[in-house]
Amino acid sequence: MTEQIDKALAREYEAGFVSDVESETFLPGLDEDVIRRISGMKNEPEWMLEWRLSAFREWLEMEEPDWAQVDYPKIDFQSISYYSAPKSMKDKPQSLDEVDPELLRTYEKLGIPLIEQQMLAGVAVDAVFDSVSVVTTFRDKLEEAGVIFCPISEAIQKYPDLVKKYLGSVVPKKDNYYAALNCAVFTDGSFVYIPKGTRCPMELSTYFRINEQNTGQFERTLIVADEGSHVSYLEGCTAPQRDENQLHAAVVELVALDDAEIKYSTVQNWYPGDEEGKGGIYNFVTKRGICHTNAKISWTQVETGSSVTWKYPSCILKGDNSVGEFYSVALTRGRQQADTGTKMIHLGKNTRSTIISKGISAGKSNNSYRGLVRMNPGAKGARNFTQCDSLLIGDKCGAHTFPYIESRNPSAIIEHEATTSKVSDEQMFLCRQRGLDPEKAVSMIVNGFCKEVFKELPMEFAVEAGKLLEISLEGSVG
Amino acid sequence: MSNTNSLLTIKDLYASVEDKQIIKGLNLEIKPGEVHAIMGPNGAGKSTLGYVLSGREGYSVDGGNVALAGQDLLEMETEDRARAGLFLAFQYPVEIPGVSNLEFLKASVDAQREARGEEAITSAEFLKEAKAACKQVNLPVSFLKRGVNEGFSGGEKKRNELMQMLLLKPTLCILDETDSGLDIDALQVVAEGVNSQRSADRSFIVVTHYQRLLDYIKPDFVHVLSDGKIVKSGDASLAHELEAQGYAWLQTAPAEDELEG
Ligand SMILES: Nc1ncnc2c1ncn2[C@@H]1O[C@H](COP(=O)(O)OP(=O)(O)OP(=O)(O)O)[C@@H](O)[C@H]1O
Ligand SMILES: [Mg+2]
Repeated sequence: MTEQIDKALAREYEAGFVSDVESETFLPGLDEDVIRRISGMKNEPEWMLEWRLSAFREWLEMEEPDWAQVDYPKIDFQSISYYSAPKSMKDKPQSLDEVDPELLRTYEKLGIPLIEQQMLAGVAVDAVFDSVSVVTTFRDKLEEAGVIFCPISEAIQKYPDLVKKYLGSVVPKKDNYYAALNCAVFTDGSFVYIPKGTRCPMELSTYFRINEQNTGQFERTLIVADEGSHVSYLEGCTAPQRDENQLHAAVVELVALDDAEIKYSTVQNWYPGDEEGKGGIYNFVTKRGICHTNAKISWTQVETGSSVTWKYPSCILKGDNSVGEFYSVALTRGRQQADTGTKMIHLGKNTRSTIISKGISAGKSNNSYRGLVRMNPGAKGARNFTQCDSLLIGDKCGAHTFPYIESRNPSAIIEHEATTSKVSDEQMFLCRQRGLDPEKAVSMIVNGFCKEVFKELPMEFAVEAGKLLEISLEGSVG
Repeated sequence: MSNTNSLLTIKDLYASVEDKQIIKGLNLEIKPGEVHAIMGPNGAGKSTLGYVLSGREGYSVDGGNVALAGQDLLEMETEDRARAGLFLAFQYPVEIPGVSNLEFLKASVDAQREARGEEAITSAEFLKEAKAACKQVNLPVSFLKRGVNEGFSGGEKKRNELMQMLLLKPTLCILDETDSGLDIDALQVVAEGVNSQRSADRSFIVVTHYQRLLDYIKPDFVHVLSDGKIVKSGDASLAHELEAQGYAWLQTAPAEDELEG
């Protein structure tokens, strides 16, 4: 059986094409001057530059963390270029017609709904191509509702008060090594503000794509849901195939004020590297949200890409009765390594959190779940439920679970369940005896394993995620 | 023994698992429309025969040959055997958590139809059929939504196997102790399920320990499988003899006792 599964897994990366777009790229290297130039390119106000520089100085003092269950050669931060913008974007396009057709074709290949009719389906897209936000669609309809959805570089110019108030408020500049680096050099990303009592009229969506060789991509996303508001945000990622590893160190901050709700869904399909682990994305991401009273933040992620993933979407449950959720599917194959999980920090009374993590390992990959649940002294009556399931395909892969539990309030309840299972010979035989080929059998069993997480994704995304898993497992190149 | 007009022909079959010889020179011929019951002591190799015929990995054929409707069965992949019309109802059905029965059955039917070059069945049409099949095996329709065998009781699992058979419409059905662990009503359900599917172009191998099932099903032939081969064949009355006398009297019987097809 193992042989068949191996065959099924040996597929090529579907999104592995390189766009032929002329771009403007900084020479590799990082110092204060580079940061000044990034800030200058973006016409940033002085306070923003100062913010970046102070983060950079902090970063210089920090050490690259090595506690994760991942193994990769040391990154030479001086060999990376910190800015790349498609040249034609210098004068920003005012409408789709003005967008470089080659760019649009790239998006088309990725299946991003930039076309008018597709937008009518209700998806507003902020597409980040390397570092500059290319075009933000459907902004008008959102503006009507008072929703702000724009590139963060634009928000810095147009809504400095909001940005100043919330940027770095959830993930402090010196939170961790990669976050500090991101603060210093981030080039673009999305900004969302949902006004009080507003239900965002559509799903918001950003697609990230790394195109330029040797460019690190450092997006910065900030979502603020004002009191009683509601928003669902989708993030999709792909990157072209390269020999050299590319670095991706994003920061996402979510602020859910009283009674607000943010649902953040990610389907991540960065290039995972070849069978031997060559190439592929290093994905070091800091994602964190803060919940005020009665607020709710829900992270859902489907991770199938990257050669190395280091990612822990977290919730700080500050307000009483606030709710944090984390639903995750992480698939690793080939020589992929993933160390992912979440942190639920319970500060307020009666705060609740749910963690459902599904790790699937195939090939020679390593998949680790690392989760922290902390009940602070004030977290009276708080509850956490964690379920952590691992599925092994074949016998050369690994699954690891590292739960950290800290309870400083005796009234808090923490439940943890963990299972490890294999795609069994019996299951494979049953499927094949009913006429399914082995590839379909594996993908069906894996999809079933992930069901609890998939049902948390928005409809279209759930279908997409299922397909992505199937592609990841099947070798059916489109 | 002649091959003409035979659905399944097993000739001098030897098979082993983990280097242990289990099937030791087995012969059997089944014509379209026939129902053959196989009985025999625990560990005789009845389930093994089903696995070998359906191509389960880990079971190796050491000799002999098997033809299904004239095709060399042993050369075919597991899924191709299924698509060619071979169906095995498992003695111990396995769970596939999170995959709904309906999803699983639709995918199976789709795969088989596609392989045979038949048109795909619409979801609505399929749902109608599936509901009817549920009804026939006396399972609530809600079982279509549940994960395959997930948390099913022993009897429910067996009925679920039968439901799959009803939907897949195979030409050779191997039922491995589908009657074990069933209550009396369910036994009737299984028997009726089989009887309703009996037709001139569908054959059955019914593995059972109980003559009671055979009272309902009325097999054309009854075989006794012992130590990897068929040691005695007869008509339905053989089941009664076995019920009365057990298998002991057969252990010393000449092994060459073959079926006169
Ligand atoms: N994987 C295996 N490794 C070793 N021996 C095996 C294996 N699978 C089956 N056997 C042996 O093969 C023999 C036949 O098993 P089989 O399941 O076919 O018997 P059976 O006739 O179906 O019995 P029952 O009536 O109890 O269902 C048994 O002795 C069993 O222990
Ligand atoms: Mg058996």
